[in-house]
Amino acid sequence: MRTRQRPTNWIPHVILVIGVAIFAFPIYLALIGSTHDGGTIARGETPLVPGPHLLDNYWQAWTRGSSERVTSVPVQALMFNSLVMALGITVGKIAISLISAYAVAFFAFPLRMFFFWMIFITLMLPVEVRIIPTYKVVADLGMVDSFAGLIIPLIASATATLLFRQVFLTIPDELVEAAKIDGAGPLRFFWAVVIPLSRTNIAALFVILFIYGWNQYLWPLLITTTRSMETVVIGIVKMIGTGDAQTDWQIIMASTILAMLPPVAVILFMQRWFVKGLIETEK
Amino acid sequence: MRRRVIFPNKVLPYLLLAPQIAVTLVFFLWPAGQAVYQSVLLQDPFGLRTQVVWLENFTVVLTDPLYLDSFRVTLIFSTAVTGLSMGAALLFAVVADTGIRGATTYRTLLTWPYAVAPAVAASLWLFIFHPSIGLLGRRLRQVGIAWDYKLNGNQALLLVILAASWKQVSYNFLFFFAGLQAIPPSVIEAASLDTGPARRFWSIAFPLISPTTFFLLVVNVVYAFFDTFGVIHALTGGGPGKATETLIYKVYTDGVINLDLGGSSAQSVILMLVVVILTAIQFRYIERRVHY
Repeated sequence: MRTRQRPTNWIPHVILVIGVAIFAFPIYLALIGSTHDGGTIARGETPLVPGPHLLDNYWQAWTRGSSERVTSVPVQALMFNSLVMALGITVGKIAISLISAYAVAFFAFPLRMFFFWMIFITLMLPVEVRIIPTYKVVADLGMVDSFAGLIIPLIASATATLLFRQVFLTIPDELVEAAKIDGAGPLRFFWAVVIPLSRTNIAALFVILFIYGWNQYLWPLLITTTRSMETVVIGIVKMIGTGDAQTDWQIIMASTILAMLPPVAVILFMQRWFVKGLIETEK
Repeated sequence: MRRRVIFPNKVLPYLLLAPQIAVTLVFFLWPAGQAVYQSVLLQDPFGLRTQVVWLENFTVVLTDPLYLDSFRVTLIFSTAVTGLSMGAALLFAVVADTGIRGATTYRTLLTWPYAVAPAVAASLWLFIFHPSIGLLGRRLRQVGIAWDYKLNGNQALLLVILAASWKQVSYNFLFFFAGLQAIPPSVIEAASLDTGPARRFWSIAFPLISPTTFFLLVVNVVYAFFDTFGVIHALTGGGPGKATETLIYKVYTDGVINLDLGGSSAQSVILMLVVVILTAIQFRYIERRVHY
């Protein structure tokens, strides 16, 4: 008990319930919208209770996508692209950050700090401020419209490298000494000691980076030119198009719900790692 | 801090660093250098002739009324998003920290919007505030308010602010909540002997979480500047007119849509300076907190 409260103090509950409701309301409306037919929504008559078209709408979104477009892509294909991109970015960032942090923390070599600062500087160069030249590099390398183009340019990570370096510095010298006496080389030590000791940090970063990768917007918007390579977030915005009443709103809302499921599930089921990852990486 | 015990290998560390350095060089440093280089060049519309104009692109950009206007939009937008999302988050965190039952359940129910992509949040808000099919959009028109964010610039700006803040409250809430929970209970107990809850908050708790508040201030400004492109692109496309065109959005339209390389690069360089300043502030804060 932090402070002594009278048992009848219900004001905090009211405020929090209102807060939760504000967050849940748009999702509730999207759920409702995804259960009605297009006509009801277009006439502006969407009621506040679910309609009978839940299965039709989700099935159409999942297997065919928005119906009015000739080039529509089923949401399952879009979600597959998002999944590959999110996992690629997550695993890529964690892998290259682990090994570069290991190099910086456990070896002495010329230009060590130079490389460290070079990685650090990427913090100050978000993709938004170097859009066109980065796009040109990717185009010159022939990586437009490919998973490589979606993933590789985003996998450098100063934050992850800094975090892992911080974790590695807490590994006592005695442990390294003992491993060396037992004849373990640097790679053996990395696999047998360093990786197991950083397990919780890896899990925490995984959650944060998966959400980061899944929710990317500007980069996939530039890099994908064929509809079938789009991520689900881009696909939904393309479905909305000009956003008039004739848009397939019921399909868009079904797709929106589907697109939210993986990252929300990751947060809810990995809550503990999520909070740890968020507080540790501080973005 | 340096290790006493290290591995003696001469080549291995370079191999371990190689992937990260390669990505950094090819996709970060080289393009950033190109942006700086382009920003001092002037290219004719057909890309046939290029000449070095030094700071002319910057002068043009900084005296362009459209650029100054998008600067104004960015200021209003980021102030509103930062204020709204931090204010709401602080309120929720304070009441969740009063030792009420079910605080962790509330925390879970308030954190998940963090997972919603900005553009997806935009699609949700569009569905609510669409003037002809949206639940609230239609209500507003029924009660006689000429609601149409596609025609009215202020309404469009309000909508992107709401959608962008809605998504950011969770992040701020988690940090405020963690900050408040870290205050030793004894401090609060001692203060509760002779002050009321409001006074206790403003003179004890709020100053104690001020490092968190400051950190969040920087993070939220960065978010409002750089991570809200998706919200704006999906909701309004920068319009109507230029009413919701932020600095990042303008870099995108000038560079990708209008193909004005010099002008867009000059804007990129200006934004880089903004990021450098914000990052420096952020790291100063983290350094300080480590010493606490």
